[in-house]
Amino acid sequence: MSGFDQALLDEADETVRVRLIVNGRKVACEVAPRETLVDCLRNQLELTGTHAGCEMGACGACLVQLDGRAVHSCLMFAVQADGAEINTIEGLTESGVMADLQAEFHRRNALQCGFCTPGMLINAQELLSQLAQPSREQIRDALSGNYCRCTGYEAIVDAIDAVAKARSGGGGAT
Amino acid sequence: MSAPLTSLDRPNSYIGRSVPRPNAKRLLAGRGRYISDLKLPRMLHAAFLRSPHAHARIVVIKTGEARALEGVHLVATGADLAEICTPWVGTLDHFKGMTSSPQLPLPLDRVVWAGQAVVAVVAESRAIAEDALELIEVDYEDLPLVVDIDAARQAGGPVINPGTANNVCFRSQLDSGAVDDAFANAAHVVEEELSFGRHTAVTLEPRAIVADYDPSAGMLTVHHATQTPYQFQDLYSRHYGIPEARVRVIATDIGGSFGMKLHVYHEDMAVVGLSILLGRPVKYVADRIESFVSDIHARDHRVRARMALDAKGEILAMDVVDLTAIGAFSTYPRTSVVEGNQVIRLIGGPYRFKNYRATLEVLFQNKVQTSQYRAVGHPIACAVTERLVDMAASKVGLDPFAIRALNVIADDAYPQTSPTGYRFEALSHQVCLKRLHQMMNYDALRAEQADLRKRGVYRGIGIATFIEITNPSPAFYGVGGARISSQDGAILSLTPSGEVRCMISVTEQGQGTEAIISQIVADQLGVAQEHVKVVTGDTEVTPHGGATWACRGAGIGGETALQATRALKRNILEIAALILQEQPSALDIIDGQVVDATTRNQRLPISEIARIAYFRSDTLPPGTQAQLTVSHHFAPQGYPFAFTNGIQGCVLEVDVETGFIKLLMHYVVEDCGRIINPMLVDEQLRGGVVQGLGAALFEECRYGDTGQLMNGSLADYLVPMSVEMPDIEIAHVETPTADTALGAKGVGEAGTAAASACVLNAVNDALAPFGATINSIPITPTIVLKALKRF
Ligand code: FES
Ligand code: FES
Repeated sequence: MSGFDQALLDEADETVRVRLIVNGRKVACEVAPRETLVDCLRNQLELTGTHAGCEMGACGACLVQLDGRAVHSCLMFAVQADGAEINTIEGLTESGVMADLQAEFHRRNALQCGFCTPGMLINAQELLSQLAQPSREQIRDALSGNYCRCTGYEAIVDAIDAVAKARSGGGGAT
Repeated sequence: MSAPLTSLDRPNSYIGRSVPRPNAKRLLAGRGRYISDLKLPRMLHAAFLRSPHAHARIVVIKTGEARALEGVHLVATGADLAEICTPWVGTLDHFKGMTSSPQLPLPLDRVVWAGQAVVAVVAESRAIAEDALELIEVDYEDLPLVVDIDAARQAGGPVINPGTANNVCFRSQLDSGAVDDAFANAAHVVEEELSFGRHTAVTLEPRAIVADYDPSAGMLTVHHATQTPYQFQDLYSRHYGIPEARVRVIATDIGGSFGMKLHVYHEDMAVVGLSILLGRPVKYVADRIESFVSDIHARDHRVRARMALDAKGEILAMDVVDLTAIGAFSTYPRTSVVEGNQVIRLIGGPYRFKNYRATLEVLFQNKVQTSQYRAVGHPIACAVTERLVDMAASKVGLDPFAIRALNVIADDAYPQTSPTGYRFEALSHQVCLKRLHQMMNYDALRAEQADLRKRGVYRGIGIATFIEITNPSPAFYGVGGARISSQDGAILSLTPSGEVRCMISVTEQGQGTEAIISQIVADQLGVAQEHVKVVTGDTEVTPHGGATWACRGAGIGGETALQATRALKRNILEIAALILQEQPSALDIIDGQVVDATTRNQRLPISEIARIAYFRSDTLPPGTQAQLTVSHHFAPQGYPFAFTNGIQGCVLEVDVETGFIKLLMHYVVEDCGRIINPMLVDEQLRGGVVQGLGAALFEECRYGDTGQLMNGSLADYLVPMSVEMPDIEIAHVETPTADTALGAKGVGEAGTAAASACVLNAVNDALAPFGATINSIPITPTIVLKALKRF
């Protein structure tokens, strides 16, 4: 097509080496500059627990922990994450840091198809790290970037509420 | 709660118990296996060039540069795929006179909606495939287009399908007679025209497919994010000419479906063809904008309706015209007229009147197809009916509860046939009305509303009664000639170590199919639920069946599992009786142990029976052939559908300065017959309600004058998020269907059926002091301000 810039295609072919600590392990990937972090995690590292629902920061399905904070892996290029420490749902499950949240989601059926769930859990974990005893309103507010089409959100709110109480009552995982 | 089948005190009694879903743990650990996660050896990726025009002739397609790009394996146009794929037509025989043009994976010479896939590229990666799309040049010649309903009906206007006289896909009429007389003699008549915008499913995981054709074996394997693998096995086999037994469709974890993932999509058919052409696995996952422009949309109706009442407020008659525009084709194989057909048949459903007349006109337009999405037709029928009932109440001077109590079919008046021909076995409107009244604390709410009004706070209370079609028999699609099963099948085995494996045709999309099937099997056999493994969603393994649509999973799939389990239990007890030298009828199974039926004394674990049958058949009496695998099919008989019923209520607040609406509380009373897992039923209802609330307030596919979708992203198309949603309180009434031993009916669509009607009534209630009314959905702030004449 006239006007199409061949240089762009050449650029697309270039790769850059990025080094990350993913779920506690050092990894290196060759990524194209245009490749997003979610694509790198899913396609190159085969960590498919991180999902993509909108690829524009609206749905929260792609949340991961980057240097300890929840970030949208769809809004970041993989090259931007160079040197970062990333935890995905797989690593967070193995380490057991949110086992209580996962158990409570399970007990209350706070998921249906489960596609939003990894992002929901990562957001819930983030919320509880910022605010030990959020009100239901605050929980609903904190989840307002996490789209779930299946549940009515209420069981998710209930589950997070219950874990918040258990954790601040002591005895819960931190 | 009376439960004659089981009592929850008995061991292994799982029917009626809230147990968590076994498969949910995987999903919580990020170990879901969605089709979008799948990677196969030598897999390639497809991307599609889409039409920028809503209606245009394709003059020429230039693909040379794209083909030359490194990493590109195939560039295919409509003509390439037409050589191997036969066209399909989205009509059903029982919709007399229905028309729709033949469709192919990619168009040959004309595009009919903006976003239609035109050219496919297959490459090493999705990124390379998308790069190649940029190198393709298509020359189009604009054709006159039809965007809205009025334009579609205009005589002498553009006609979308060549060779036809107009844009009418289907017309239908219902008339039970004497409607004009009823209106002439009525004390009161209310009338309204209501319009319903287009919205779409917005599953969080978009459509995804990996087709894998192995030419050496002549075998096609399709990993397909669908609800209905058997339907697609049939379609891929017939349209690509591959013997059915050599087509395998696997549907593992599905990231939401809601009816959207059971239609034939052009891209999906194309991907199968591309894999056949290449002899390699080809993957396609729609991105979000592709979902918005190519997933089916739903609703898009304009309904004019009148209701006649006597002086006391009893409904005498209804007269309805439903116009609906469905896009350029009718979908395949279920058609796009089912929604309109259900709208005109469900209107008035809960009420006792006799005289009904309805006209349905289904029209083509240059937009993506509309078709079945959760609660097909129900929200529209419910909103039309319930709005008119509320209008009538205020005209007659009755409270919304009182007018419904006066008019619903009495709980002791069943069986009943509706004026539209639906047969109701047993419904519970009166009980449900009373329950909702208590649950909402209605009188207190009204008092509070009046108080707040004095202070300039405008709250609205809305209620809506509904019926829902579930457990569809062959009368749904089968009679129309569609190869869509209304029966389901199960294969149940006792494993050598005494566990149970159930392979069943109903599928799981997160609603809990696998959990409830394992509950039924464990309950009926007498084993612990964790010893039952349920396998779904693989046509090579599970028997043919309808799978999950139209609320048939529990009612039909569950009954299939129940009957299969009873058969397996008979077989196990027969062998046990031989071993124990007893009569089978003297034995039972509890907790995996064969027991004496009367004393409940343990006799033998079923694992021992399995061991003997599989490994030491020499010790069984001569002639014994142990049948520890049973296969069983079940098709509904009796009533063509199991109708459910219920009522919803909501409380909301309208900010009359900004037009914003805040949902405060939502209530549901629902009767889905026998409840298998109350927690899952509640969560189905809540999810369904939220989809209805989204439709009521936010969701709309907005098109510009040139037929472009204007809001095809999750930033522009508003979906309900947690912060806008209220808590949802739920209560149940249980009227099991006598048509099955299980007694279960469906519940997946009940939440969606009445939620938007409730909101419509509540908003109108809130605006009543201003004399303002609203008659369209979604109810956006602009609509509210317009009604208040403040915009
Ligand atoms: S995929 Fe990142 S927010 Fe939706
Ligand atoms: S459980 Fe399906 S999107 Fe949340």
